[in-house]
Amino acid sequence: MAGAAKSGHQLQLLDFWVSPFGQRCRIALDEKGLPYEYLEQDLANKSELLLRSNPVHKKIPVLLHAGRPVCESLIILHYLDEAFPSSAPLLPAGDAYARAQARFWADYVDKKVYECGTRLWKLKGEPQAQAVAEMLDILRTLDGALGDGREFFGGAAFGLADVALAPFTSWFHAYERFGGFSVEEECPRLAAWAKRCAQRPSVAKNVTPPEKVYDFICGLKKRFGIE
Amino acid sequence: MASPPPPVKLLGTFASLPVHRAEAALRIKGVPYELILEDLKNKSELLLTHNPVHKKVPVLLHGDRAVCESLVILEYIDEAFDGPPLLPADPYDRATARFWAHFIDTKCSRPIWLSVWAEGDRQREALREVKQNLALLEAQLEGKRFFGGDSIGYLDLAACGLAHWIGVIAESGGVSLDTLMSDAEFPNLRRWAAEYVSDEAVRLCLPDRDRLLAYHMANVDKNKERAKSM
Repeated sequence: MAGAAKSGHQLQLLDFWVSPFGQRCRIALDEKGLPYEYLEQDLANKSELLLRSNPVHKKIPVLLHAGRPVCESLIILHYLDEAFPSSAPLLPAGDAYARAQARFWADYVDKKVYECGTRLWKLKGEPQAQAVAEMLDILRTLDGALGDGREFFGGAAFGLADVALAPFTSWFHAYERFGGFSVEEECPRLAAWAKRCAQRPSVAKNVTPPEKVYDFICGLKKRFGIE
Repeated sequence: MASPPPPVKLLGTFASLPVHRAEAALRIKGVPYELILEDLKNKSELLLTHNPVHKKVPVLLHGDRAVCESLVILEYIDEAFDGPPLLPADPYDRATARFWAHFIDTKCSRPIWLSVWAEGDRQREALREVKQNLALLEAQLEGKRFFGGDSIGYLDLAACGLAHWIGVIAESGGVSLDTLMSDAEFPNLRRWAAEYVSDEAVRLCLPDRDRLLAYHMANVDKNKERAKSM
């Protein structure tokens, strides 16, 4: 729910339209019903506000809460849960083990998916084949983590791990095309989970359509001079 | 009559920094635990069963629960057990602590390694980066005894490498700690490091310095090779 936030929550999000990391934050804000001001950033020409708000990494997303910056998407998700405790929680209250498992999987997504995916579309020959093999391993691991009969990673409730991975479901299509595999065939549970996520208004609204992600990557490849 | 609390075990290895983070957290909280040492060249069934994804240490076993990844373990220990809090109470302070822990985990190790084991320009560039990183952490300590304030907390544990391992790694490569983290440039960090390693709870689970040095010295050639491919 975007809109100028002059009073009340005073939340702003410095972001880039196609960023899956930024989309995690948008999904979380919508799930929690928190109004915020979306501020699209030009990453080729970074604004004073971005550089001032994230001097260490100079990256999006950055959440500004009454002007104070919070950086790193998973840290932003934790912050939203803790600063707005009456809103829909991303982590189950009072269950330390469930919280640890959610954090483990969110961390796994962070460490593995984007980096491997980048190698998959950027590289060729043997290094690309290796990236494809690794991506299949990652997706099968996530498929296994879902197991049978679980709606979301934490069970019945859409939570931290789901929010961490949901934006990447749009990137699956690109990975499939560049990698020559089918997520539906290799990881049916993950594919079913992705469909369930896509039905949530917060996800449907904030995640870039797969074809647009594919076009974006093709644009990057042209720019980097990769066939 | 209440049933006894479920047993706590920690799978670890001697030289491991992430294992120390978890052990120190348990000690600070006053949680009794059993340390099970793993041979990483011959991983046990216990380790492979409870960390099938990464197959690494540390793994915290709490009854029939298994928690992996040291920073995830720290948050679990903070939430599952009573005792002094590891993370601050305020959400913004918590975000700040997590930010710097993530920074340490993702940005600090590689330049430190290269500043010791790389050569020529690569080494000089790495050293520049190490000092830039340390300057940021130095500023976080301004006016504070520990990153966590008056007592050791989550970020101190996350930063333990700078209190103990950095000097050993440097020495194993024939580099002085003063080259990386001098007293003159980083007085807060050096003071913090001395306080950290002499803390009651930490002291008891910090790997012996001489043994740790011997461990790193035994891998000199491997370390140089690793730096080349980094």
